[in-house]
Amino acid sequence: MQDFGAAFGEAFRLVASLDPDLVEIVGLSLRVSVSAVLAAALIGLPLGAALAVARFPGRGVAMVALNSLMGLPPVVVGLLIYLALSRAGPLGPLGLLYTPWAMILAQMVLVVPIIAAVTRQTVEDLKDEYEEQLRVLGVGTAGMVATLLWDARFSLLTALLAGFGRAIAEVGAVIIVGGNIDHVTRVMTTAIALETSKGDLALALGLGLILLALAIGVNAAVMTLRRTAGHAAYG
Amino acid sequence: MRPTADPETGADGRAQRRVLPIRGAGLAIRRAGRVLLDGVDIEIVPGPLTVIMGPNGAGKSLLLRVLATLVPPDAGTVTWAGTTPGRDRAPRLGFVFQKPVMLRRSAIDNVRYALKVAGVPRAERDRRAAEALVEGGLSRLAGSPARVLSGGEQQRLAIVRALATRPEVLLLDEPTANLDPSATLAIETQVRDAHRGGTTVVFVTHDLGQARRLADEVAFVHHGRIAERGPADRFFNAPSSEAARAFIEGRLLP
Ligand SMILES: Nc1ncnc2c1ncn2[C@@H]1O[C@H](COP(=O)(O)OP(=O)(O)OP(=O)(O)O)[C@@H](O)[C@H]1O
Ligand SMILES: [Mg+2]
Repeated sequence: MQDFGAAFGEAFRLVASLDPDLVEIVGLSLRVSVSAVLAAALIGLPLGAALAVARFPGRGVAMVALNSLMGLPPVVVGLLIYLALSRAGPLGPLGLLYTPWAMILAQMVLVVPIIAAVTRQTVEDLKDEYEEQLRVLGVGTAGMVATLLWDARFSLLTALLAGFGRAIAEVGAVIIVGGNIDHVTRVMTTAIALETSKGDLALALGLGLILLALAIGVNAAVMTLRRTAGHAAYG
Repeated sequence: MRPTADPETGADGRAQRRVLPIRGAGLAIRRAGRVLLDGVDIEIVPGPLTVIMGPNGAGKSLLLRVLATLVPPDAGTVTWAGTTPGRDRAPRLGFVFQKPVMLRRSAIDNVRYALKVAGVPRAERDRRAAEALVEGGLSRLAGSPARVLSGGEQQRLAIVRALATRPEVLLLDEPTANLDPSATLAIETQVRDAHRGGTTVVFVTHDLGQARRLADEVAFVHHGRIAERGPADRFFNAPSSEAARAFIEGRLLP
């Protein structure tokens, strides 16, 4: 118990004093996850919108697949990306394994289905409301997609935040493809796993506190977005 | 006064093709074994304010949607000015739904959006949108989010938005169905002003009083057919079909 108390005290000290190791790890985590979410948005938003607007055979199957992919086990994604990036794999020559790029790729793959599925649902609901009005104004398909995405922007931002939440908290995939290399690919979750197993609870707890604060922050942001007057009128 | 609708130039000032006359020939729609439109022939010519009447479920809304090419008919054809309708001419046809669809932006941005789609240059859009709101008596609400406006205000905005592109024809599907008497009056005034300004109007309603106030011409729809069509006077005073007579006397069973 005394150990625990001491570890907590040390953890707060590390956070409060902006310990360089801790700051480096947090910084890398944020860079990786923000990049992954932005990249996932570039794929997920148009993909979701296309599924909402287009009518093609196999659309139902695509939607079921998308919803199932939302629950992809991170370790499986990590393993598949590891295989793709390993020296013998198809992307081996790029030399991305055990770099932050590999981690961005892994988190992106985990987040794309979330963003695409939420976008699909959101845009489809809005389309039911808007479609006839836009068509009588003379809006074409591309214009319709753009308008739907823009007018659904608050809900879509929520999807991006949810994606960020999943990315930053994920450990199974990044530990496989990143390797948890000190000063290179060590992010909050992998550091917590390692330090805990080594018995260095202070750093693990400090990082855990920050991760928790981020999770609360993201949820607070989502809630604020939902509640603002702007959302009532524009969301 | 709003500028007179010029049949030759559209909202963007470029020469645009006409939409009038709108002609529906042999329009038929069947769904789930029911005949919803049963070989309707109808022509909307430039000029009169036509009121389409008929009991609930007669097919009035469906007919209007078919004429605006929102719903493809199972049989029959719709032509605009003798040619196949196309999206490029959509801004020349204004359409107002019973339940207004407000985009998630301010009132004036709803109008600007319609002008943008119609190809009006950016510099002109702001001025035209502001003018359209003034004409519709909504300028004090220009900056308000459209979706927080009252039902009556939303419907007036929907009409302003439909008129902003200076359409040749304005189709309205029961625009006052859920509104109180003063909002209804405001909309009737707005529509009459547009008509005086040169816009051809087709107005769906089953409110007899409203039809009497507005109509030059009446088309009476019953069971997916046009049961009767003619000048308003004759329709109200000497209807030729039994269905129309029964409707006017309030004893028509749908
Ligand atoms: N997409 C559709 N599928 C099946 N039935 C439809 C469809 N659209 C309309 N109907 C049916 O067609 C009939 C005519 O509908 P419509 O909305 O045109 O009536 P209306 O004359 O406008 O009636 P109201 O005065 O109540 O608005 C109704 O019985 C309706 O249930
Ligand atoms: Mg109707």
